[in-house]
Amino acid sequence: MTDWLGPDEWQAVALSLKVSLWAIGLSLPAGILAAYALARWSFPGKQLLNGIIHLPLILPPVVTGYLLLLSFGRRGPVGSLLYDWFGLIFAFRWTGAALAAAIMAFPLMVRSIRLAVESVDPKLEQAASTLGAPRLWVFFTVTLPLILPGVIAGAILGFAKAMGEFGATITFVSNIPGQTQTLPSAIYTFLQVPGGETQAMRLVLVSVTVAMAALAISEVLARRAARRVSGA
Amino acid sequence: MSLTVDIAHPLAGFDLNVAFEAPEGVTALFGRSGAGKTTVINAVAGLLKPERGRILLGGETLFDATTRVNLPVHRRRLGYVFQDGRLFPHLSVKQNLMYGRRFAPRGAKGPDLAEVADLLGLSTLLERRPGALSGGEKQRVAIGRALLSRPRLLLMDEPLAALDAARKDEILPYLERLRDRAGLPILYVSHSVAEVARLATSVVVLEAGQVVRAGPAEQVLSDPGMVHQIGLREAGAVLTARIAAHHGDGLSELQVSGGRLFLPHLDQPVGAQTRVRILAQDVMLATEAPRGVSALNILEGEVVTLRDGSGPGAIVQLRCGGDLLLSRITRRSAEVLRLAPGTRIFAVVKTVSIARSDVGAG
Repeated sequence: MTDWLGPDEWQAVALSLKVSLWAIGLSLPAGILAAYALARWSFPGKQLLNGIIHLPLILPPVVTGYLLLLSFGRRGPVGSLLYDWFGLIFAFRWTGAALAAAIMAFPLMVRSIRLAVESVDPKLEQAASTLGAPRLWVFFTVTLPLILPGVIAGAILGFAKAMGEFGATITFVSNIPGQTQTLPSAIYTFLQVPGGETQAMRLVLVSVTVAMAALAISEVLARRAARRVSGA
Repeated sequence: MSLTVDIAHPLAGFDLNVAFEAPEGVTALFGRSGAGKTTVINAVAGLLKPERGRILLGGETLFDATTRVNLPVHRRRLGYVFQDGRLFPHLSVKQNLMYGRRFAPRGAKGPDLAEVADLLGLSTLLERRPGALSGGEKQRVAIGRALLSRPRLLLMDEPLAALDAARKDEILPYLERLRDRAGLPILYVSHSVAEVARLATSVVVLEAGQVVRAGPAEQVLSDPGMVHQIGLREAGAVLTARIAAHHGDGLSELQVSGGRLFLPHLDQPVGAQTRVRILAQDVMLATEAPRGVSALNILEGEVVTLRDGSGPGAIVQLRCGGDLLLSRITRRSAEVLRLAPGTRIFAVVKTVSIARSDVGAG
């Protein structure tokens, strides 16, 4: 594999995998919570939360990236706080690429998990609490196992989205090889250079393979989800 | 341990306003669909918060609107058997049964897995998934699951309503054994008189959110005033009987307080107690001891009350020994026979009318 891909290309693929895994790994719990809240709870500002979560899906990615730069940049209101408290820097770092990927993938993840939560009959959760189980226990022993395939499908969908994120990433963290040059940025860069088409083509093949694999796995899991909830 | 319910809650169309006491044994919440039965049982379980009132269980306050006590569902320790079973589809039968076990306090008494599996006939199903069970099996697992959480009270919301007649007959004996052995109070919601007559020790009749009658099952079911709620065809008395003998011609002889009854053979030993339900429409009345009639069962007694229906019919309540019977006759017959409270009367019950499915152990 390393022979087939040049070092620059391999670097971009590895960086994309790292960025996407971190992005999904860290945002998944928040995604489950948001999906559960949207599916089950009624609270003031629910529509607003729903809108904010879905905003990256509707906004041009460049706009999302620019807003991230404004708020999470070193001098941005959130970015400066995170730096002062935790020494975290997002702008022009791979961490920023992960943040951008997470934000862009979040609505897809939440949508998929929310559908799974809605397919679980709340009466099952009620039954569990009449048996003496506290709320969190009910969530981990009844709700989560039943929505798990939906959660995995959502995570995979989000992962694929994160692998392909371009607009917000390049606006927020630029296109620095080895630092923020993810797979799509690398393809874009190779296409700007005369004679870079073969390199770009190889990366395109990697992209297509990853996307197809993700889609296939999520399809299988969605089917298993349906079977599981029906209890057969 | 007894349950005290005194709650008020607005519902679509009417206000629920219910107060009753459920002693040990099976208390049936009886009424038509939409009378508020499920609302009451959900309030007891803690799944619904009533607007006013209080709910006490054996001296402990589960809910009190004035002092703002509202014990969360999972801390009430009440087993709830839902109409639709609600088994966890991703867990095996055994895991379903054991789900609530860990939350029961250490000292809580109750049957263990083997006993429950035995009582409910689940021993061979333990490794199955709920999806592979029949409706009756699912309901039995649901009952076992509630029992194994070692509840202080069992709530059952029409546990048989979703099942066909054969499945009902499969589960009713288990419920009777439960009533007689488990020794915990059961609040049983039903709109089926047959179930109530077979299982209930006391009955609370609900109509449009109000308690219209409450008391021991024998009294409530033989109350002529309840005929309207129960329905003309279903109205009838419930008698406790003891099996006196089995005869060679296929009949079983039962002793009731007012005399003897003959039924098609019962599968119970001599001396066993059983419940007999006698529908009002199956009881004929005579003012003299009838002779030359084919009916075997003639009980002597006296008229307690007479109640005219809206049509040409009347309901007569009789006392035969210690038992109350209902008879549905025409107003014209009542006039001809000059029936009045105190009239000496003979109740003629056709043997065949005491159907096997109306008889339960008890």
